[in-house]
Amino acid sequence: MNTATHTLDHHDGHGQHPTGLLRWLTTTNHKDIGTMYLTFSLLMFFVGGAMILAVRAELFQPGLQLMKPEFFNQLIGVHALVMIFAALMPAATGFANWMIPLMIGAPDMALPRLNNWGFWLLPPAAMLLTMPFVLALFGIGDGAVATGWTLYAPLSVQGGIGVDFAIFSIHILGISSIMGSINIIATILNMRAPGMTLMKMPLFCWGWLVTAVLLIITLPVLAGGVTMLLTDRHFDTHFFNAAGGGDPILFQHLFWFFGHPEVYILLLPVWGLMPHVLSTFTRKPIYGHTAQVWSFIAIGVLGLIVWAHHFLTAGLPVPALLYFMYSTMSISLPLAVLFFCWIATMWRGAMSFETPMLFAVGFIVLFGIAGLTGLVLADVAADAQYHHSYFVVAHFHYALFAGGIMGVMTGVYYWLPKWTGHMYSEKLGKLHFWLTVISFNLTFMPQFFLGLAGMPRRIPDYALQFAEFNAISTVGAFVLGLSQLIFAYNVWRCVKGGEKASDKVWEGTSGLEWELSSPPPHHSWDIQPVIKSH
Amino acid sequence: MSEATLPPPRRHGRLVVRLLLLAAVFFAFGFALVPLYDTLCAAVGFNGKTLKDAIDAKDLPPAAVNYNRKLGVQFTSTLMPGLPWEIRPLEPAIEIHPGELRTTRFLVRNLSDKTIVGQAVPSVSPTVAARHFRKLDCFCFKQQTLAPGESREMALTFIIDGDIGDEISELTLAYAFFPAPNPS
Repeated sequence: MNTATHTLDHHDGHGQHPTGLLRWLTTTNHKDIGTMYLTFSLLMFFVGGAMILAVRAELFQPGLQLMKPEFFNQLIGVHALVMIFAALMPAATGFANWMIPLMIGAPDMALPRLNNWGFWLLPPAAMLLTMPFVLALFGIGDGAVATGWTLYAPLSVQGGIGVDFAIFSIHILGISSIMGSINIIATILNMRAPGMTLMKMPLFCWGWLVTAVLLIITLPVLAGGVTMLLTDRHFDTHFFNAAGGGDPILFQHLFWFFGHPEVYILLLPVWGLMPHVLSTFTRKPIYGHTAQVWSFIAIGVLGLIVWAHHFLTAGLPVPALLYFMYSTMSISLPLAVLFFCWIATMWRGAMSFETPMLFAVGFIVLFGIAGLTGLVLADVAADAQYHHSYFVVAHFHYALFAGGIMGVMTGVYYWLPKWTGHMYSEKLGKLHFWLTVISFNLTFMPQFFLGLAGMPRRIPDYALQFAEFNAISTVGAFVLGLSQLIFAYNVWRCVKGGEKASDKVWEGTSGLEWELSSPPPHHSWDIQPVIKSH
Repeated sequence: MSEATLPPPRRHGRLVVRLLLLAAVFFAFGFALVPLYDTLCAAVGFNGKTLKDAIDAKDLPPAAVNYNRKLGVQFTSTLMPGLPWEIRPLEPAIEIHPGELRTTRFLVRNLSDKTIVGQAVPSVSPTVAARHFRKLDCFCFKQQTLAPGESREMALTFIIDGDIGDEISELTLAYAFFPAPNPS
């Protein structure tokens, strides 16, 4: 990509800015908002992590040692909701806010005020979700939502006030995400630099474009589903009440119509940033740009029509089972194209293994395991055995921790010098990577075997024969959790100071974002760069 | 640097309205799934749902009882939480010819000292058999009120139509008795 850029002066276009707390409350700057999203995400990552460490501590040995089953049930569901809605999604939105304007040569996001609002809806939503824990301490209600994150009816119809808090929290999170998505689509479609056609647009922006469309299509369906749940609970409707003519299975359809695309919503931004990292550290151009764009689109479309593989055991008729099995498996084709392109980008490259590259390669290997075990689960015959077992838990943590969180860490290490103007500690970064990847496998690899041996998920106690693997998994989980403190410290250290980063940061980078100073000026591109056509 | 060098402001209004409309359409789609799902289930028998209303004997095809074929039908029943009743099929298992009209009974008793209204919800397995299970009358068609300690035999009159696939030789009709949500 050839670009003609102009010299940029750092300037403040709007006179004085508010400082302190007011700056962050009122900011409409895409970088400030990106930073807030990422900070919020990191904070909630530790909140969700602490919850699941309590769960793993309980599962260290068979029997009940630390908590009542009711509290255990609350922890697993809120862990998932926090990690998905308050850690992974905001991290990806933070990336989008920071990087999309830089990458497409825009001065800011298209709708800056909406952007501010979108972020500030998140903290109240997170508070709503977790508040029932605190209320229970004061004797109000019986704690947070205890249904697991899937909120299946009729359990969620019968649950305590925690369910209502979760429903309203999901409503607010949904509105926030839809506002963010509208902003991102408007930015991408309307504010690209002259000459940057859609097919020339960086893959990270493409990943986010597909994610944003998926969010706008699926989140309203979830919002509708939980609204029905709310009216079933309080206003005498019977959407999910069999005695009143409703059907609990209907909730599963509504939930997973959102829930399955949600997986791709979480992963597409990561798939988008991966090729940039691989290309940088192999010093080769991205292989198969167009193929990857079409794979994103194909996965987005297919992701919308395969939802029932999450409840193949619910009593679907055989033709439906076959349809959902084959359509689910067909997603592995565009995904295989992505894997092929990632590997082809690395093929015979001059590779160096800085921390982002380590995370990228770790991502490819571990996410590959997620894909393969996903194929096993999509098989109707096999799923009858593996459904709702620890095999599923292990599978989706390979997808969402190794695929999602490690992908986000790849992006953070890759872009942190650009954001802060300082290099992070490579030594600490590598230590973080190796501890993470080893303890991650220590945590979740045994869970595949636990699942194959028949251990059901979401139960606070287990039979004696599962004891050893659970003990290993718990040790792994604590190492994994504590290693993330190194990450937080490394980021903190980098924000505070350190070795100056150059504008290009990495030797092998290409793209508009690396032509701005590190950190970039207040307004990213006052003068839009022009992309020359070849 | 003067303001003139800034890129011209773009109008995003139309795109935003369209995207909001898309979100609204899918919110409505979620609710549209409710009747759609019911229709689909009734049409193909997903989920073991039998028809909610009685069929009229007049609508049945002329009695063509297939005496060459026998089907095993089992009846089971469960009570959902909050219903202090007792229920059991008087005939747990029967044999029937396709096309044959049959009546069977369930014994239901209210164990509590309160008048309680209940609603039975049927489910047939294998699920594909559901739409061949034609009911002329069933206690599940309306809510049932039992006085304290009252027991009653509740009847079900049905036919299994001759179209039922040859691969099915046994089917089960399960009733779940719920406390009625809105006792009328």
